[in-house]
Amino acid sequence: MILVDVNLCDLCGTCIAVCPVDCIELTEFDLKISHESCIQCNACIKICPFAALTSANVEVMEDEKTL
Amino acid sequence: MKKHYNIAIVGGGPAGTTAARFAAARGVSVVLFEKDREIGVPVRCAEGVAEDVLAKYIEIDSRWIASRITAFGFHSPSGIEIAFQSATARGCVLHRRLFDHALAELASEAGAEIYTKAYVHSLRKNGPKSTLGLRYIGQEKEITADIVIAADGIESRIAHLAGIKTKLAFRDIEPCAQMQLANIDIHPERCDFYLSEKWAPGGYVWVFPKGARTANVGLGINGIHAGPKSALNYLQDFVKEHFPKATVLTTTAAGVPVAQTLKQLVADGLMIIGDAARQVNPLTGGGISAALAAGKMAGQVAAEAIKADDNSARRLTSYQKEWEKTYGKESRRYYRLKDWVMGLTDQDFEDIAAALAKEPPEEITLVKIFKQAVRKKPSLIIDVLKVFAGL
Ligand SMILES: Cc1cc2nc3c(=O)[nH]c(=O)nc-3n(C[C@H](O)[C@H](O)[C@H](O)COP(=O)(O)OP(=O)(O)OC[C@H]3O[C@@H](n4cnc5c(N)ncnc54)[C@H](O)[C@@H]3O)c2cc1C
Repeated sequence: MILVDVNLCDLCGTCIAVCPVDCIELTEFDLKISHESCIQCNACIKICPFAALTSANVEVMEDEKTL
Repeated sequence: MKKHYNIAIVGGGPAGTTAARFAAARGVSVVLFEKDREIGVPVRCAEGVAEDVLAKYIEIDSRWIASRITAFGFHSPSGIEIAFQSATARGCVLHRRLFDHALAELASEAGAEIYTKAYVHSLRKNGPKSTLGLRYIGQEKEITADIVIAADGIESRIAHLAGIKTKLAFRDIEPCAQMQLANIDIHPERCDFYLSEKWAPGGYVWVFPKGARTANVGLGINGIHAGPKSALNYLQDFVKEHFPKATVLTTTAAGVPVAQTLKQLVADGLMIIGDAARQVNPLTGGGISAALAAGKMAGQVAAEAIKADDNSARRLTSYQKEWEKTYGKESRRYYRLKDWVMGLTDQDFEDIAAALAKEPPEEITLVKIFKQAVRKKPSLIIDVLKVFAGL
């Protein structure tokens, strides 16, 4: 799944322009990725001007939960 | 907010507000939704534009002109500088925040309603009308419109929701980073460009003055080079080397579509304009003038269509035809040039600069620069002559 670093994301919308399944939504304060529709192509990660997006596997998520 | 409008515009950039103005001036009901809290903010733009082009759409007001430009400077990877006065073109660097406000004020005076903090999340056709779902200051709302104008910029999700292909290939997008720097030594009347695979692969660095010692310094890299190093990291490296003592007043991210214009600019009850329609000049990345032009065309066509009680694609297509007639050929020439220039190497840039350095500065023109740039691909010379003639 794709993680958004909210301290880096500048809410510019560049990722949306390359997302082939249009699973990213940008409001005034929030970039949301719909993990059900995401196909993990990582296009958004590559294009992000600020490198604010990363890919994490589920294990990492489990780790974060227990922290 | 009413339940129904003749025309609903999504996006409050120059394309949207200009469409709103020219439609409302013809006496139809117009609403514009902007997701952010303020029109014109944040500024994700280098703010450079030709003054004579602006004057076609708005009376020039010195309040939103940050600086006037009379010269250009190009820098090769090794530091050769090719600078020249522009004989005819008069450029300026805007205060986009104030400029975008001025455009919105004109739209409002023409009768358009404008809502900020109004995020449009859905678009549904019901018969000849469209229903827009939006969140306005935390509240869910629904309105209907006879014609929706998508002016939602790089994201272009509104047209996508209508089934039109707006997604960009990597070679057709430039991720960008920009800083406004203060306390730097610059030429206050000159726009400077740095070309190098090292600084900005597949793109360029710009230094556009906003005052005597302050400038927009930014860069775009081509999407095919994106990934290993972010646009922001490229910019940080450039600034560290060229302006180590600068104070950074702003840091912003953005994306520029450097694509061909969408093949389909209209559908039943829908028009697409500006960055959303990929109308940016793909070579330079400049899109303010295209946004104004498309906004005016689409606003007028939409209003006339409402008056004729016909919002069909067939009727609205006169906007697409007018766009094609005025800018179609030119923008394809720019696209071919972009495709070529994007592939130039640092050695190519050095050779171009070395050849131009032999010319007296007063004889350097954009035509000459780009003729050098395409000398290994003579088929592009016609394109160079056509698009840069007189500049
Ligand atoms: C780094 C950079 C530098 C640039 N430099 C220059 C330059 O020097 N000269 C030049 O001419 N051009 C430049 N451009 C291009 C120029 O900024 C754009 O072409 C221009 O702003 C396009 O206007 P627009 O109205 O189409 O879109 P935008 O100005 O992008 O406006 C779109 C608006 O739609 C809003 N929006 C999006 N989705 C929704 C939604 N769902 N609901 C409500 N609102 C929504 C956004 O918040 C935004 O305000 C630059 C671009 C970038 C990124």
